[in-house]
Amino acid sequence: MDRITALSERKKALFSSLVLFALLLAVWQLATKTPIQGKTEGLPGPVAVAERAWEMIADPFYDRGPNDKGIGIQLGHSIGRLMIGYTAAALVAICLGVALGLSPSLYRALNPYIQILKPISPLAWMPLFLYTIKDSNRSAIMVIFMSSLWPILANTAFGVGSIKRDYLNVSALLQLSWFKRLWKVILPAAAPAIVAGLRISIGSAWVAIVAAEMLIGGTGIGYFVWNEWNNLQLTSVIFAILLTGFVGVVLDMGFSSLAKVLTYKE
Amino acid sequence: MGKNQKAGLLDSTADQPKQTANVETLIDQKVEEAVAHAVFGSDLRRREFVRYVGAAGATAILNSIFPMGAAKALAQGKTGPIEKKELKVGFIPITCATPIIMAEPMGFYKKHGLDVQVHKASGWAMIRDLSINGETDATHMLTPMPLATSLGIGSQAVPYIMPAVENINGQAITLANKHKGIKEAKEMKGFKFCVPFDFSMHNFLLRYYLAEGGVDPDKDVQIRVVPPPEMVANLRAGNVDGYLAPDPFNQRAVFEGEGFIFMLSKDIWPGHPCCAFATRKDFAEKNPNTFQALFKAIVDATQYAHQASHRKEIAAAIAPRNFLNQPVEVLEQVLTGVYPDGLGNTKNVPDRIDFDPFPYHSMAIWILTQMKRWGYIKQDIDYKKIAQEVYLASGCREVMKSLGYKAPAQDSTKHQFTFGKNKSFDPNAPAEYIRSFAIRRA
Repeated sequence: MDRITALSERKKALFSSLVLFALLLAVWQLATKTPIQGKTEGLPGPVAVAERAWEMIADPFYDRGPNDKGIGIQLGHSIGRLMIGYTAAALVAICLGVALGLSPSLYRALNPYIQILKPISPLAWMPLFLYTIKDSNRSAIMVIFMSSLWPILANTAFGVGSIKRDYLNVSALLQLSWFKRLWKVILPAAAPAIVAGLRISIGSAWVAIVAAEMLIGGTGIGYFVWNEWNNLQLTSVIFAILLTGFVGVVLDMGFSSLAKVLTYKE
Repeated sequence: MGKNQKAGLLDSTADQPKQTANVETLIDQKVEEAVAHAVFGSDLRRREFVRYVGAAGATAILNSIFPMGAAKALAQGKTGPIEKKELKVGFIPITCATPIIMAEPMGFYKKHGLDVQVHKASGWAMIRDLSINGETDATHMLTPMPLATSLGIGSQAVPYIMPAVENINGQAITLANKHKGIKEAKEMKGFKFCVPFDFSMHNFLLRYYLAEGGVDPDKDVQIRVVPPPEMVANLRAGNVDGYLAPDPFNQRAVFEGEGFIFMLSKDIWPGHPCCAFATRKDFAEKNPNTFQALFKAIVDATQYAHQASHRKEIAAAIAPRNFLNQPVEVLEQVLTGVYPDGLGNTKNVPDRIDFDPFPYHSMAIWILTQMKRWGYIKQDIDYKKIAQEVYLASGCREVMKSLGYKAPAQDSTKHQFTFGKNKSFDPNAPAEYIRSFAIRRA
């Protein structure tokens, strides 16, 4: 009986979602006029955006010069930068988080600095990075690094700090080496918290990279948005925004399945 | 002396007259002679030196302290081998950079032996940083920027040179449609304006225009720095009342039905410089042949763009997404000067935008006086010296002549403004010029 109601609940939710989507599209189409001769007369309707989307998706890998590349290439650049910055941030944050989680005094010592640096918008770091690093691409990657660092750090420290004392006592009793202790006890115990941190971080990193690319130019989905904005091509801008959201969902889904694998019942 | 060795001056037996094969070798020898003489001062000392280190060693040492290759090439009057063929040139997608941009699709860079990719930047601060970092080899800049960056104002101090002006005229004051009745500057008190950058002719011309109308640009109006593509959107949103911007964003506002063209910048100072082609000084010093080739390509493209008959073809070449990314009609309206002004009239102003590469020192001095006038420069400066170091008037003259174009004989000239108490700007009296203004910060 339970399974059946659960299934019909899911079906109801999916149905309402689809109805809502159709309703939104209809409202959007009615609220806007179709553009005349390419001139933008207010916000473009969903039909215009769909046409533009089809154009871009049909030929995603063209390359007509350094300032005009297909949407596939632009996304590739953005995701590439994201992965480099994010991986670096994850490594640093997990190591530091474990150290902070295991040592409450170290945590208290470093906490004020973390609290001050955490709320700073990653884009505000950009001018400083450009000035010191002297390379626009690496500065963009550093912006990702700064935006991904804090959630992972905070969650890892929390996760490690709340490991049951019993586990740590047992590992001390068994006289495990520090490496075995880390790999077999601490990380698995803190895994749910760490993955939650990773999942939050990928979201904020993706947000930051699009904004950074609008400033830096060159390649990337953010640059694409800016380039189309120059020409007041709102259809392309809206399409790029939706695409950004879609990629964000895919990234998040990746982590949610990772989380499912690593959780366990107490 | 071996069979393959040329009878150079550093050969210790070079006291007898040399047999010269041709004029080129003679010129090369003369250059070596001059350098050796300058370094050693006397023949005796030179011969001793060569005896100690050998002829090859002496040549190597001299070459390391003096750019012998460049000196010989200069003396020959031709460019030697190009040091760096693949270059990146930064640009902002506005019609001011037309010569820089069109040189890629229309083959001017290729004609002079270079493989250049023009790289779109998102804003003036970014383009300056890309150039300072060396991510671009040469760049599109606003004419005040090489001066400001060389002086270290608004950025770190990096010496820049400006071999050529990109465009003259080509800007306009655009106002929102709701201000259609405005006729004069004094009606603009309380307005919010945009300019693309602090160190821009747009900022200085707007301030000049407002001040001549009795409006203090710092106290009576608000001037904001906004990237040009966002200006049209800001106009539509009602965030700003107008802007003095580079085209095509004035014409685009008319095209979108958001604003009208109030006044062309050529009606403030006919023939004013706007954008520039600039490089870091050390790039030109390290790669003199590349720099010469680039210089020639740019001047060539600029002179081609100057011809009215070429404007339509240029509009089509620079419209695609890789370059300006604007509708072709808008670019044609800007470049040909036949355009609707947003008030229902179709105007025909052929020199609405024009292209003339010559970087007069007097232009630099005017810009410096305005920077001092509005408080961007606080200290006393040697106007002439800075203008001579940054604006390469004599270099441009040489390149123009070598390509067969006529160049002005003087490095400086008096500039005429359309209105104002002091309509004629005399570059020899910059301090008096600043003092002659009623509204100023210095």
